[in-house]
Parts: sequence; C-alpha cells; structure tokens
Amino acid sequence: MVLTAKADKDTVWRLLSEVPDPEIPVLSIVDLGIVRWVRTDHTRIAVGIAPTYTGCPATEVIAANVLKHLGQNGLDATVERVLSPPWTTDWISDEGRKKLHAYGIAPPAGSTNDELRVACPRCDSKQTEKVSEFGSTPCKASYKCSDCLEPFEYFKCL
Amino acid sequence: MTDKTHLFEYLLRLGDNALVLGQRLGEWVAHGPELEEEMAMANFALDYIGQARLFLSYAGEVEGQRRDEDQLAFLRDSIDFKNVLLVEQPNGDFGQTIARQFLYESFYQFQLEGLSRSTDTRIAEIAERVSKEIRYHLRHTRKWVLRLGDGTDESHKRIQNSFDELWRFSGELFVADETDNWAVEHGIGPNPETLSSRWNQFVGAALTEATLIQPDDGWMDGGGRYGRHSEHLGYLLADMQFLQRAYPAASW
Repeated sequence: MVLTAKADKDTVWRLLSEVPDPEIPVLSIVDLGIVRWVRTDHTRIAVGIAPTYTGCPATEVIAANVLKHLGQNGLDATVERVLSPPWTTDWISDEGRKKLHAYGIAPPAGSTNDELRVACPRCDSKQTEKVSEFGSTPCKASYKCSDCLEPFEYFKCL
Repeated sequence: MTDKTHLFEYLLRLGDNALVLGQRLGEWVAHGPELEEEMAMANFALDYIGQARLFLSYAGEVEGQRRDEDQLAFLRDSIDFKNVLLVEQPNGDFGQTIARQFLYESFYQFQLEGLSRSTDTRIAEIAERVSKEIRYHLRHTRKWVLRLGDGTDESHKRIQNSFDELWRFSGELFVADETDNWAVEHGIGPNPETLSSRWNQFVGAALTEATLIQPDDGWMDGGGRYGRHSEHLGYLLADMQFLQRAYPAASW
C-alpha cells in the first residue's frame, strides 16, 4: 500500500483513539491523555506524544503502535516526544476514568501530595488499605479493599 | 572550556548520577526484603534509567561526536563517569539504601527545582517532568527513614550507622566548580552552594522526627565529578557494561 500524508486532523485523531495503551489496553492513548497534538499540512502528519513516566518502557511501544496503526490505514506519519507541559493524571479524560473503574483499576483522585481514601472499584467501599505505593507498572499503586477483601490497583496521582 | 564543553559536562553529571543510581537500585530486583519494596526499588530504578536516557541523549547531541545514550552509558570507563560518589555507594542493607536514597533525593529535589527554571528549555522541560517523579519517591523514602529510625532498636541502630557512614559523601553535592559557575552565569542551573541550607533543614527535620542524630560535617569525600571514583563504581560498570563490551552492538 502506498502511504499518503494527506489526511485531515479529525481522521488522525479518530485513528489514534483506536490505539490501545499497551499496559492498560482498556484505555486508548487518547483517553490516557498522552496525545498532545496532531499536525497536518498535507505534506506530513506529525503526532506529539507525552510519556507518562520518563522511564516508562511503554513509550516506545506506543510510538511504534501509532505508526503501525496509521500505516495500516494508509497514512505516513512521524511521532515526536513532548515533555512540556508534563503529563499528569489530570490529563486522563472523563471517559478514560470511567473505563478504568469498569476495568477494575481505581482512577486517580486528588493530587500528588494528597493522602486520600481510594474507593474500591469493585464494591465502591471506601474502607480500603494501601498495600504499596508501587505496583505492576510505574503508574499504579497496590491497594486492597477491607470490605470485599479484593486486592486492586490504583492509578496513582502524579 | 567553551559553552559546548561545559554543557556537555553538565549534562553528563546529571545523566551519570541518574544512571548509576538507577543501576544500583536495580540490584534490589530479586533481593528485596519484601515484594512491595522490591517493586518500589524497581520503579525507582526505572525512573532513573529514563532520566539518564533523557540527559545522556541530550549530552550526546551537544557533544556532536555521534555518540548516543547507549554509547555514553556502556562504552565509557570509570574515569569518564561524572557522577557524585554518593550514588555509587553499595546498597548495603535496606536501611543503607534508604539512607543513600534519602540524602540524594533531598538534594535532587532542590536541584531540579532550579533546573526547571533553566534558560535551556530542554533541561527545564526534563526537570519539570522529573520533579514530579522525585516528589513521589521522596514521600516513600522519607516514610522509611521514619519507620526505621523510630522503629526497633536494631533498625534504629542500622539506619543511624548508615547515615553516619554516608554523611561524608554529602559534601560533594554542594561544591560549586567551574562548570557550576558557568551554569549559574548562563541561567542553566542553580548554584549548588545555595541549596545546602534547605537540604540541611529538610534532612535535619526528617532525622529529628525519626529520632536519629544528624551526623556532624567532618571531612568530606569528593572527586566523583572529575572521574575519581571509589572502587565500587568499577564493579558496577563491569556488571552493567559487560554485555556491550563482550558483544559489541548486541541488541535484543
């Protein structure tokens, strides 16, 4: 397939919303808020992506997945890394928060310095306990619910 | 020295501090006292390796000798590493790792605050991003200082010994040299000398709360920034660089 760089922004955004986050596939990279901008001028398409954490190993996989998905749809694009303004959990869309909750990951609440009661994504109880401030990926912390006794992950605030 | 060589030097110091500390923290993987703390150390390590990549790729671009982050990380010898001595000190027991981490990150947070106002926008952007990660680390590390210090007799004794042992490496963090002065003059980064009173206050408050005694400032070790390292760095590099040295250009 011959790739073209001719596409309007809406099409590119729509295609990007079909690219899942590799570590939390229930979220698209658009839900996660890491797609900062799309630039098109009919000669090139560029997508600006902000890493969640500087050491997040998913960043390169995401860039490769973006190029692959756009390529499969006939588009020739480049990806640029955007550091400023830095990504924080505030960039996760409302839609993204709902999807996280439904998936069993408690969405972020408050800001980095808050010690908040995190609600259990399964039974909504606020009687929960922090097991560790760190989890299976850099962006998550480990919790357990004192009511339904299920362990769960919390998308920690940054 | 020209602006270019100063900037290269400055970035190497930032990158090497992050790289060496990241490698050290990674050594905890499969050796942690409990699973949660092992994950914490691995998460810290990952953040530092990410930071090292940002600083070292920039250093490579500034140098203009077509050395990328990997070449700078894996193909330099101990004498060319510009990290401070503190970050290369061995992990010791968990308390010693926490003490090292706390002393360093207490400094790093203030350094990053200054760097986030850098006239060099790339440094400012990296620092702004990294500050958020370090704040999260510090929250965790400080809690452990309190738990171990104000914990059992054994934990108290051990972490006090660790602070006593490591204190002599704290002086190097605050000595301004020609490269730092250049950075201050050009608005690239803060004068390390000006960070020491806030650091003392921050560290002192935590130690007091943890019922620990802040060691006296005695003779201070140094020289890491000029490639004069403790013997520990050589072993760390041997471990980290072996694969690229034995099988040049090997990749996954």
